[in-house]
Amino acid sequence: MTVLSAGILPLIQHAAPAAGAHPLAGTVADWLWLVPLLPLLGFVINGALSLFAVAHTGPSDPDAGHGDVAAHDHADAGHTLPGDVASGSHGDDHHPVARHRFAGIVSVVGPLMLALSFVLTAAMFFAMRSAHATEPFIQTYFTWMITGELNLAAAFQLDQLAMVMMLVITGVGTLIHVFSVGYMRDDPGYPRYFAYLNLFVFFMLVLVMGANYPVMFIGWEGVGLCSYLLIGFWFSEKANADAGKKAFIVNRIGDFGFLVALMMLFAHLGTMDFQGVAAGAPQMSTGVVTAICLFLFLGCVGKSAQIPLYVWLPDAMAGPTPVSALIHAATMVTAGVYLVARSSFLFSLAPVAGLTVALTGALTALFAATIGLKQWDIKKILAYSTVSQLGFMFMAVGVGAYVAGIFHLATHAFFKALLFLGSGSVIYAMHAAYHKTGSHEDAQDVRNMGGLRRFMPVTWVLMWIATLAIAGIPPFAGFFSKDEILTSVYARAHGSTLAEASWLGIPGSALLYFIYFVGIVTALLTAIYMTRMMLYTFHGPNRTGEAERGALKEAPWVMTGPLVLLGVLSAFGGWFNLPKIFTDFLPVGPTFALEHWLDPVVGEQQLAVTHGEAVHLSHGTELLLIGAAIVVAIAGIVVAWRMLKPEKLVPKADSPADEGFERIFAEKYFVDEGYDRAIVQPLYRGSRGVLWRGVDAGLIDGFFVNGTAWLARAFGWLGSTAQTGAVGTYAWVVVLGVVAVIGVFTLR
Amino acid sequence: MLAEALALSAALFTIGVVGVLIRRNAIIIFMCVELMLNAVNLSFVALSRYYGADGQVFVFFVMTVAAAEAAVGLAIIISIFRHRKTVNLQNINLLRG
Repeated sequence: MTVLSAGILPLIQHAAPAAGAHPLAGTVADWLWLVPLLPLLGFVINGALSLFAVAHTGPSDPDAGHGDVAAHDHADAGHTLPGDVASGSHGDDHHPVARHRFAGIVSVVGPLMLALSFVLTAAMFFAMRSAHATEPFIQTYFTWMITGELNLAAAFQLDQLAMVMMLVITGVGTLIHVFSVGYMRDDPGYPRYFAYLNLFVFFMLVLVMGANYPVMFIGWEGVGLCSYLLIGFWFSEKANADAGKKAFIVNRIGDFGFLVALMMLFAHLGTMDFQGVAAGAPQMSTGVVTAICLFLFLGCVGKSAQIPLYVWLPDAMAGPTPVSALIHAATMVTAGVYLVARSSFLFSLAPVAGLTVALTGALTALFAATIGLKQWDIKKILAYSTVSQLGFMFMAVGVGAYVAGIFHLATHAFFKALLFLGSGSVIYAMHAAYHKTGSHEDAQDVRNMGGLRRFMPVTWVLMWIATLAIAGIPPFAGFFSKDEILTSVYARAHGSTLAEASWLGIPGSALLYFIYFVGIVTALLTAIYMTRMMLYTFHGPNRTGEAERGALKEAPWVMTGPLVLLGVLSAFGGWFNLPKIFTDFLPVGPTFALEHWLDPVVGEQQLAVTHGEAVHLSHGTELLLIGAAIVVAIAGIVVAWRMLKPEKLVPKADSPADEGFERIFAEKYFVDEGYDRAIVQPLYRGSRGVLWRGVDAGLIDGFFVNGTAWLARAFGWLGSTAQTGAVGTYAWVVVLGVVAVIGVFTLR
Repeated sequence: MLAEALALSAALFTIGVVGVLIRRNAIIIFMCVELMLNAVNLSFVALSRYYGADGQVFVFFVMTVAAAEAAVGLAIIISIFRHRKTVNLQNINLLRG
């Protein structure tokens, strides 16, 4: 490792320009390139081991370990809805087969690369803190492409925003890698899994470290690829492979928007690096900026699962649970929020686009929360909760409260990763129990759980911490970030460029009050559905089954260890950005630490939205808003606790079908079915009827290909009839030809 | 003098062409081709009086080629006659495509 880096270092430093004046030059930040390179190296090693194993023992992956899956499926077909892609009943199969022959070395390489990356990032964080840099630290490696006016450099940029993201990615990523060592222990695709996971982290780091939009786009597409690979990790089951494809295809729609935005930026500014765009943005007309922002937001809608492109995320739960935690909760899906915050210099100039972002976020938050109320699959509940929380983040960045959005992004990464990994522990235990008796019950359905707190006390406590955090109970992390979002929305309704703009004829301030109201309702629903999940999973009597009960036990420490660390972060993550009103009351930490930290990146843009003055609400109003948020959160928990009776729940196999409103929630408003009818089926029909039968078989094959052949044959037939073989005729033709030629030359 | 010579040449050439076109017997067509060649020779000779001896040199070339052609052509016609018992070109259409 050191040998390798020593070999590469001189090369790259040679290529880098002398960033003489920057305070970070000459510090540990010179090693910036190594941060994404370490996970890439992990990918190469793990991938090579995976291929090597296949080459020497034959492709044992992934079918061998799932030898009994076929039988599983037949048994399960009866009570799995057809077309319900991510029923996930076997998404998390664990079959105690022999460990992969390279499992030992992979368990070291995979998490170690991430841990080294995290240590390096942390060192850079401290260097940055002491350097007080206000300008981003840019490292240019080589010229990527020069075409006409386009001059693109492969460059990384280190600033305060990228640093927050890097810390979250490598920090939470390391914990999830460690958890995976236990969770994926006996999977036959063990090295392949870690190779993909390492590759994902590499691309995610490229995404947040890129110094221009195209480099960011490389990361953006790369994480999409890894998401696809990991959702379909157990690809021998068609449902999983289909879920992967769905995620990839839905994301293409969003990526189209991203690309259009990039081209518009280039057409209007001639540059695509962040500094150039930031400098040139004010020269563009508001209409153009709004269009660019809306196209960028289309990319975010796809990647971050907002209405109307959120449908892929719940299905993405088909992948292994640690993947759901890392990619589909903590990091990749928040890339959209990061993109908006990174493009704050554009969004702060386009209030209409900002209102669109905030409104989409609010509606998504509410919509997903209502669906979350009636899901039975523990991972589905968390998936809709993720969609809903992403909606909150977009509310924040939409109204120009970029710090609040990033703050919620970070705290959400902590508590949602904890929730997912906790559910992973639960599923692990459930699956082990069912596997012991050979039962084919659904290991992810909360109706089959219940009373697990007696068997898994550590997971129980940690999951409650995360639940209180996401519900917004002080002093847990989610309370501070969610409260800051709601306060920001409310404050911007009073005096900001957004409030004065009008959105499709609706005054901005009215819209912002509406968004605030939706946010409060969603906070209530969040508390309800999370408490419901906890009640059904950990409280009441156990419904797993008599024979299986004895096998339920806490997961090994390699899995619960990361949970404990995430529990600490979920409990105290709010300390990163304590509001003043809180520190006035209880001076336990620094005030608005994250706000100050991110000030060089988004401070100016935040002020631009609020007319150059910091948001100021009266003390009373602020207390009232906080009070409302707390009351709503507590009310949600109390309501759920009072109304839901886990004692009355019966196992999945004996449960009646949902009816009425409950059915609409449980079936997710039939959105998938609607999309199928409105888009997928017409597309199929159009492809078959028009494009295949009409265009391909009819026009291209029939007219062009066969038509050309027919034409050649027709001419050939005409020519052959002239060949009579009678020399006299030929002589006539020759003479007439000569006469004609001579005639033309003489008469001309 | 030249005008009369060229007129005679043209008349002979036309007779030759018409003969080739309307007759069916291969030997007569062959003789008509010879007539056309000699019509051309006549115009060469006539013109050589005004433009130097080049035309007369060409005549020798033409006569040489015509002699060779007569040898080959007659041989072919005899060969055809032996196979088909006819030299009527209407009945010979081996070139038909």
